[in-house]
Amino acid sequence: MTPSYVSTRNPCKLCAPFGATLAFLGLEGCIPLLHGSQGCSTYIRRYMIGHFREPVDVASSNFHEQAAIFGGKSNLAEAIFNVVKQYQPRVIGIATTCLAETIGDDVGMILRELSSKAGNVDLPALVHASTPSYHGCDAEGYHAAIRAMVDQLAGNQPGADHLALFPGMLSSEDLRYLRDLVEDFELPVIMLSDYADRLDGPTWDTFHRIPKGGTPLEQLYRLGGARTCLELTSIYEPARTGGGLLADRFGVRHVRLPMPIGVKLTDRFTRELEAISGRSLPYRHAAERGRLIDSYVDAHKYVFDKRAVLFGHEDLVVSLSAFLAEVGMIPALIASGGGNAGRLRRAVLSAAPELEGHTRILGGVDFAEIEEAAVQVQADLLIGSSNGYRLSRQLGVPLVRVGLPIHDRLGAARVMHVGYRGTQQLFDRIVNALLEARQDGDPTGYTHM
Amino acid sequence: MNNDMIDILEDRKDQIHRTGAAPYAMDCQKRSLAGSVSQRACVFCGSRVVLYPITDALHLVHGPVGCAAYTWDIRGALSSGPELHRLSFSTDLREKDVIYGGEKKLYAALTELIAEYHPQAAFIYSTCIVGLIGDDVQAVARKVERETGIPVIPVQSEGFRGTKSTGYKAACDALSRLVGTGPTHHLPDHSINIIGEFNLAGEAWILRRYYERMGVHVAATLTGDGRVNDIRSCHGVKLNVVQCSGSMMHIAKWMKDTYGIPFIRASYFGIEDVSRALYDVAEFFGDDTVVERTRDLVRQEVKAILPQLSLWRSALEGRKAAIYTGGAFKAFSLVRSLRTLGVKTVIVGSQTGNQEDYELLRELCDEGTVLIDDTNPLELQKFIRETGADLLIGGVKERPIAHKLGLGFCDHNHERKLPLAGFEGMVHFGREVYASLQSPVWHLTYRSSGPCKEVS
Ligand code: SF4
Ligand code: SF4
Repeated sequence: MTPSYVSTRNPCKLCAPFGATLAFLGLEGCIPLLHGSQGCSTYIRRYMIGHFREPVDVASSNFHEQAAIFGGKSNLAEAIFNVVKQYQPRVIGIATTCLAETIGDDVGMILRELSSKAGNVDLPALVHASTPSYHGCDAEGYHAAIRAMVDQLAGNQPGADHLALFPGMLSSEDLRYLRDLVEDFELPVIMLSDYADRLDGPTWDTFHRIPKGGTPLEQLYRLGGARTCLELTSIYEPARTGGGLLADRFGVRHVRLPMPIGVKLTDRFTRELEAISGRSLPYRHAAERGRLIDSYVDAHKYVFDKRAVLFGHEDLVVSLSAFLAEVGMIPALIASGGGNAGRLRRAVLSAAPELEGHTRILGGVDFAEIEEAAVQVQADLLIGSSNGYRLSRQLGVPLVRVGLPIHDRLGAARVMHVGYRGTQQLFDRIVNALLEARQDGDPTGYTHM
Repeated sequence: MNNDMIDILEDRKDQIHRTGAAPYAMDCQKRSLAGSVSQRACVFCGSRVVLYPITDALHLVHGPVGCAAYTWDIRGALSSGPELHRLSFSTDLREKDVIYGGEKKLYAALTELIAEYHPQAAFIYSTCIVGLIGDDVQAVARKVERETGIPVIPVQSEGFRGTKSTGYKAACDALSRLVGTGPTHHLPDHSINIIGEFNLAGEAWILRRYYERMGVHVAATLTGDGRVNDIRSCHGVKLNVVQCSGSMMHIAKWMKDTYGIPFIRASYFGIEDVSRALYDVAEFFGDDTVVERTRDLVRQEVKAILPQLSLWRSALEGRKAAIYTGGAFKAFSLVRSLRTLGVKTVIVGSQTGNQEDYELLRELCDEGTVLIDDTNPLELQKFIRETGADLLIGGVKERPIAHKLGLGFCDHNHERKLPLAGFEGMVHFGREVYASLQSPVWHLTYRSSGPCKEVS
């Protein structure tokens, strides 16, 4: 067993306001604002830019010593005012940093006061999430922000009878695909949050204060009338999620499903869509499913019994584990920087019970711990973020980059994970990484594999 | 959206000027406005930039995990030996630590990490929270220092205590705890320190080679490819050569006051500036052989790169560039380097420049150049469009702005992977500028300065 360290060495998580910022970027016309000092927002911006290679504007209330001692109320008000002047946003999404949380600023109250004093000055919609990093990672912050949006913006305005889809932290291309998939069932959909276009858009022909894309506020105002809310998480309890709150407050039917990766988990997702829409799986998706299984057959021997180390946010690694299990690979080590081993284990074994006894599961760990454990599992492959590159180099095994952050390759926003199509791309990449390692490591260098 | 609609925030108006327009006093070195999307980071960031390249020290970030996570191995500061600086260590404070204080955790973290990694010294960076919960970091540091026998040095870098420059100062204060604690008898007569040089992409090695050819010994680089022991002994030199003066001038001044070591400012970017720097050092020693060797070196190096540069120049003549850097001192060199390539600077700004810097920039730049202090993405967009710049030089945060607007971009920040210093660095820079401006992809994008180009 590895010694248990007090310090965190090479973290395998980001902080909560990062996740909240990401969620806010999926609201149309929204500028995220971090309540705290300047560094947090600049670092988070920089990190997102490294991954998405897109402009990411995140404002800060920019605490100074006075604010740190007496509270950041006037800073927050000034920040909101300045953001409005420069960006004319429709929404400002406020997340608290550790500093503001520790001081104990009551952001809700500050905002209420501000709105009542604003009189006839036009303020944008204001939504705020409490995201102290000292009790949660980026995924936690993401869900806190989604829940805050439901809490403070969702309404019951009449409109089409739609499906609410809460996809979780996925890539831009995943979000685009999920929207298409649901719409192919002829289901009107409200997706929260949808940063697909904002964080993977074209070059500009004109200036943009705020890039296009995102879930429009009008849709949030109608969210309470959804016929069902599908929420893609196997980790977060309804008491912590937007979907849970939507069910409580508006009586919306709430279905939690693991992120649909692999045939089995995607089938669960599409069966649910079939039930909701009363239509069967549209032809082009059935065809994608068919091709995916066909490729499993073609490659089954290349992947059988291959041992993988998985790391990333919990919901992602849970579903990836189930996918690896269904193709005959062994996720020998499943690790996440967030949460704890107990809840991760429960979620993995519920998604893929056949893994019982074949895998080691580590929750709330850092890369130093992952490295120490990985050395013992004889891995053939690593699957996770770019931060695993050190380990990949050290072990001499390939890294298939998924999730976030991917800051050493192009196209992070277009890496797919979910659905038949996303699984197909992932499967092809995994098989090819294994083949490439085998070919490169072979003295003969066969050209037909 | 119409460009005129991007207004400058009232409180920022005195941080923007045009050369040629009277009267002039840049209102710089002030805090970023709340709600303005500043490109600056925080005090911690400033300290981290300066101390990070010390390769055999433990860098422990005391605070919640984010501050450490976002700075893990993001810079290109190379090492010729130990690589401890490339790991990220944090006390990862949790709720109970915030309530009951983080001292115990800090103590345990330091103890275990020093035992595991055997660093030559340890730096403890305080982040915002630590300033609030009132941990007595000094006391913990003293205790661990006693127990382990290595210097354990707190860095007062709580983000809210000022700007990035405050962080530079805090880092220099931390360094001054090391300087003067080692022997100096081994240092040859013509010894210098290179200060404010972080060995990005191996730039310190390039400079070291030049100085060796001149007959000048580099005792320590502060802090690129840095070693604790070199820093302890670096007060034995005759001269400090300070680059990137914004960040490390403090330590040079402190060494002058404490040890009487004179300093000169230098920049190693661009033919003119690097030549000037080397000559200045040679002249300081007043040794004819050194001066002679320096002249030979400069002559050879310039001769080797000029043909290539003039080829690029003929292709680039008349193009326009915008510069946005961390410190202002680098901006001078960039304006001159771009001139060497035939490129005119139309916007120049920095995160942390002072009045004197901006005054010098005003003298250096052509009339009509926009000077900006602590700008933000919207202002940059506005001025890029107004000036019709073809190229933006900055850091990773500025890259997407350039690319979205259909402009070339060159990374001249701490994350660069190409050495841009010295004569060979000028060739890399030239190639970067050339590749950015001549790429055919711009024919397919919209340009800020004109209508959509026809695709043929
Ligand atoms: S918490 Fe403070 S020190 Fe850390 S990144 Fe934010 S502003 Fe900087
Ligand atoms: S202080 Fe908290 S919010 Fe800010 S960067 Fe550090 S962990 Fe993230």
